[in-house]
Amino acid sequence: MTTQTFLHERDRSRQAFLSRSTLLTSLVLIVGMLVVLVLNALPESSAWHVSNATVSLLGKYFTYMLLALAVDLIWGYLGILSLGHGAFFALGGYAMGLYLNAQTSPLPGWQSIMTYFPVAALAVLLAPGLLALVFGWLAFRSRVTGVYFSIITQALTFALMLAFNRNEMGMGGSTGLTRFYELLGFSLASEGMTVALFVASGMAVLLAFWLCQAITVSRLGRVSVATRDAEARVRFIGYRVDHVKLALFVVSAMIAGVAGALYVPQVGIINPSTFAPLFSIEVVVWVALGGRATLYGALLGALVVNYLKTVLTGVMPDAWLFILGGLFVLVTMLLPQGIAGVISTWRGKRRDGEKQDRQEVSA
Amino acid sequence: MSVIDSTRFDRLREFARPDRVFDFMAPAQSPVDVRHGPILYLEDVSVSFDGFQAINRLNLTIDDGELRCIIGPNGAGKTTMMDIITGKTRPDHGQVWFGSRHNLLTLDEPQIANLGIGRKFQKPTVFEALDVTENLELAMAGERRVWKTLLARLDHEGQARIDEVLETIGLSGERYRLAGVLSHGQKQWLEIGMLLMQRPRLLLVDEPVAGMTEPEMHRTAALLTRLAGQQSVVVVEHDMGFVRSIARQVTVLHQGSVLAEGTMDDVSSDPRVVEVYLGGDEEAA
Amino acid sequence: MTKIQHSAGRFLTRLLTHSMLLCLLLACGLGIGSAASAAPGEPQAQAEEEPRALLEALDTRSFEDKGDAAQAIAESAAEQKTRWLQALLDGRLGKERRGERFYIITDDSGREWPIIDAITFEDAGTGTRRTVEAFKINNDLRTRIEGLLASLSLNAGDEASRLSAAQRLVGEVTAGNADRVRGMRDDEESDAVRDQLDVALALYDVQQGDIEALGTLRGNLDTRVRNTLSSIAAGDSELAAEAQSVLGGIESKRAWYDRAQTLFFGLSAGSILVLAAIGLAITFGVMGVINMAHGELIMIGAYTTWMIQQALPGQPGLALALAIPGGFLVAGAFGVLIERTVIRFLKGRPLETLLATFGLSLILQQLVRSVFSPLNRRVTSPDWLQGAWQINEALSLTLNRLAVLLFCLAVFAGLWALMRYTRLGLEVRAVTQNRAMARAMGVRATRVDMLTFGLGAGVAGLAGVALSQLTNVGPNLGQSYIVDSFLVVVFGGVGNLWGTLVAGMSLGVINQVLQPWVGAVLAKIIVLVGVILFIQKRPQGIFAPKGRTS
Repeated sequence: MTTQTFLHERDRSRQAFLSRSTLLTSLVLIVGMLVVLVLNALPESSAWHVSNATVSLLGKYFTYMLLALAVDLIWGYLGILSLGHGAFFALGGYAMGLYLNAQTSPLPGWQSIMTYFPVAALAVLLAPGLLALVFGWLAFRSRVTGVYFSIITQALTFALMLAFNRNEMGMGGSTGLTRFYELLGFSLASEGMTVALFVASGMAVLLAFWLCQAITVSRLGRVSVATRDAEARVRFIGYRVDHVKLALFVVSAMIAGVAGALYVPQVGIINPSTFAPLFSIEVVVWVALGGRATLYGALLGALVVNYLKTVLTGVMPDAWLFILGGLFVLVTMLLPQGIAGVISTWRGKRRDGEKQDRQEVSA
Repeated sequence: MSVIDSTRFDRLREFARPDRVFDFMAPAQSPVDVRHGPILYLEDVSVSFDGFQAINRLNLTIDDGELRCIIGPNGAGKTTMMDIITGKTRPDHGQVWFGSRHNLLTLDEPQIANLGIGRKFQKPTVFEALDVTENLELAMAGERRVWKTLLARLDHEGQARIDEVLETIGLSGERYRLAGVLSHGQKQWLEIGMLLMQRPRLLLVDEPVAGMTEPEMHRTAALLTRLAGQQSVVVVEHDMGFVRSIARQVTVLHQGSVLAEGTMDDVSSDPRVVEVYLGGDEEAA
Repeated sequence: MTKIQHSAGRFLTRLLTHSMLLCLLLACGLGIGSAASAAPGEPQAQAEEEPRALLEALDTRSFEDKGDAAQAIAESAAEQKTRWLQALLDGRLGKERRGERFYIITDDSGREWPIIDAITFEDAGTGTRRTVEAFKINNDLRTRIEGLLASLSLNAGDEASRLSAAQRLVGEVTAGNADRVRGMRDDEESDAVRDQLDVALALYDVQQGDIEALGTLRGNLDTRVRNTLSSIAAGDSELAAEAQSVLGGIESKRAWYDRAQTLFFGLSAGSILVLAAIGLAITFGVMGVINMAHGELIMIGAYTTWMIQQALPGQPGLALALAIPGGFLVAGAFGVLIERTVIRFLKGRPLETLLATFGLSLILQQLVRSVFSPLNRRVTSPDWLQGAWQINEALSLTLNRLAVLLFCLAVFAGLWALMRYTRLGLEVRAVTQNRAMARAMGVRATRVDMLTFGLGAGVAGLAGVALSQLTNVGPNLGQSYIVDSFLVVVFGGVGNLWGTLVAGMSLGVINQVLQPWVGAVLAKIIVLVGVILFIQKRPQGIFAPKGRTS
């Protein structure tokens, strides 16, 4: 009922892969990246110069945007609220962290295979993917849904946080993995690397956005929206709801894993606090603020909230939790469709207005 | 003793069936075998919830192409019976066969749906965030696997089928409207239309005219009568007037088992049925 | 020049102190002497003779002789013997260095010790290390004196002191005192003391090679018995084999008590979980509301306790008694506020409610951090909650944990009665089962919602009061319980009070049982994963209502 009640007739163009919002979002992403690169290339004396630190910060935002996409794919389009997506993000991050550590000193035991980049890249996808596969298979098969699912995902990430805090895990205990120096033979401290990681993150966002867009406009996407709204009905017309959910959950977990892998070299550390339930639930508020069930909304939400966080924690650190908490309350109560909802209501009204104008003119 | 033996025997038979030894050898949608007459066959089915006997040694046979109405007071077990047939609820004991080949108790909801049993819920359930065409497209018989669904495109044949069904349910003018904004009656028809897209052999329809206006009810009656013959239809309904207008064969359920069976006239003159209903419902209708 | 002056000065000081001390001693001696001489009559002098001889026997370098002397004291008829032996044991019995008097030092903490005469117990002024030489003892002697003292106090005092004396005798019975102890055992009237003496004697007999005596030691939990038996069992004889079997019995009995101890710890940990979860179970079950701020309501209850205690310094008992209604009301008021301002508007949208209440939890946490401080606060427990209830050698129950367990059961019983017997309970149950129908019957569902939420929040406050007795109070207090509480609610079956009780207790016990094997963290992980798997097997919880779900 909450979805687009203002639209009596479906906008057919939104179904196409190359819809206006897809094109616009892609364009904004690409142009934004190019602008940052150009400004970064300007001499430091220039007032327009964008420092490497800022580029790195923007790269970090890109990885958050990826994570938000992952959450939106299953929450917005499938109705599965995961409060544990930080776990997949962190697993991808740890896989990358092991690889980076292996560049300077050999790793013990099984971890030594992480020395090779292709193996590490595979692990970035497989570790979160397999966890999502096993966990999702168990959960969806026995039809754990709604808040129950949310709670057990939270328990999952909490359990993993405890596990990774243990030194016996061989993951650096509570300090986590740090001291990264080289990636693919290049120094992480170099200027080129900062830019390269920024571009890689931006491209990853673009690719993941296209992937999610392709999924959501496909028949599978519509089955998942149908599942979100009337799960039993979908089952009784013959779809295996558990398979649909599992597939999207695994894809989503893998996107989150990639985000974590790109996050680690830019931030320089990965530790168990990434598994903390707070981080995972923060991601949900990015998506909620941006507008779930719209992919560009998730991207926008991640960017806005994290920019706010960067600014505010610098200016008045005590106020940040008040503001974050307030965001949770206000968005759920006043903006259930998020910023994207506001935009499309506004556009819808304007279009209706135009239509009326035209009718009046013709009449 | 006989119960134990028969289930054991069933299991053995199930195990030894040549087409089921290896699951992957079984055709994905083996056709329903109705050579022996009945398309749906319930024998001695019982189920209880926390001591409440919802279904009590129920026997029911539906023939191929039949339109059967099932009536009964509240709590007679009508909806639970549908739950059992569609795989939502597992009976404590008994047998449910679809045709003479498919033991429904070994299958889950999607498998049963894909065999060709469609179900309409009591409360109209359509995908409100999707438009009418999309609702029908999703229900269209065909590939259900995740990967194939991802790559599926609506071809001309499918489009033609959708147009046909839209015509049948009278929603051609609403094809691009969101299902969520349809009227109550339109949602009911859309749901029936979705069942038709599945090309089912057996349609289970739970209270199709609840909350409908008089003209809508007539239209629904016409729709259901037209369907019978092409597929078997089982209608559960409270509204006696409606049942009288469509029914050829009526089954009365009471306290989880069959109380009476026959034509509407036979059944309504049965003193036990009259007693169960206390005449109240009939007069009201 | 200066050097000479210096040493001359030092010499003078020393001389002065010495002479002053001498004067002091003389004065004392004169005083006592005059007192003694002033007392007329021979008998007193004679009575003094014998005790003096007893004490003089102690003045020897050989510890063995000292022991014999102590034994002689114990066996003598001297009235002061208990006090002498105690003083000897404490190293406070001494002899005048340049004289014949014996003193008891009453306080040896300072440089100048207040002393009393050892025979007359009259005040003898002060003494120092220079003037009084305390009798030295070694470990063997100490053990021997302790045994002597124990057998002495067996003759005197009330039952409690006789019992503790008998307990001290275990392992201290020697050839020297065995017969006396045996005699005392026969004269003893109290069963408890006699049993204890039997154990002490049996242990002695076993050491002497008496197999029969082993029977008395069967199932005894005393560490000294166990140690002695295991050294005997190490040998290779019939006695050793028998001792081994008795020891086996003891070990298995100990194991049982250990299990009881684990069970107790598990139940007390579980009762915390139940207290934390039961309010959640009410709000979740009745209103379908996931309240992520529940942990912060617990925290508010704990802070309320702390604040009441700050307001009533020095009266922790009264403060705690006031904190129980106080915590309930304050947290309940917060709950009603949350319900009225936020949750009311999110009816029927559980995921949104979850997010909004999570936001509230962040705000409340930060509020506490800003108003109080990010640091943890300590709530002092009243005396009667400190310490432990020692049931036997192997089993002791910490009082605060016991109190929390009882408190949890009381809260549970109260809630259960509330749900069962009051109008509110009836309305709540009606709303739980069928909201629309209850409303049609005239139940004011919104009012029920408000009260239910207030009740759930109030119970969270009570959990906070209980928690404040076990851990420190800090802004993160609630957060650490929220994941566990949700698991308990889901594990127990939503809206099911009994389910919550059973689930909480069993999770507490399972966790406690696993801990010694795998460690605390891994135990917690195992429990978490176990519950996750369980929920997937039975999504409706332990006590799943079976029925048609439409």
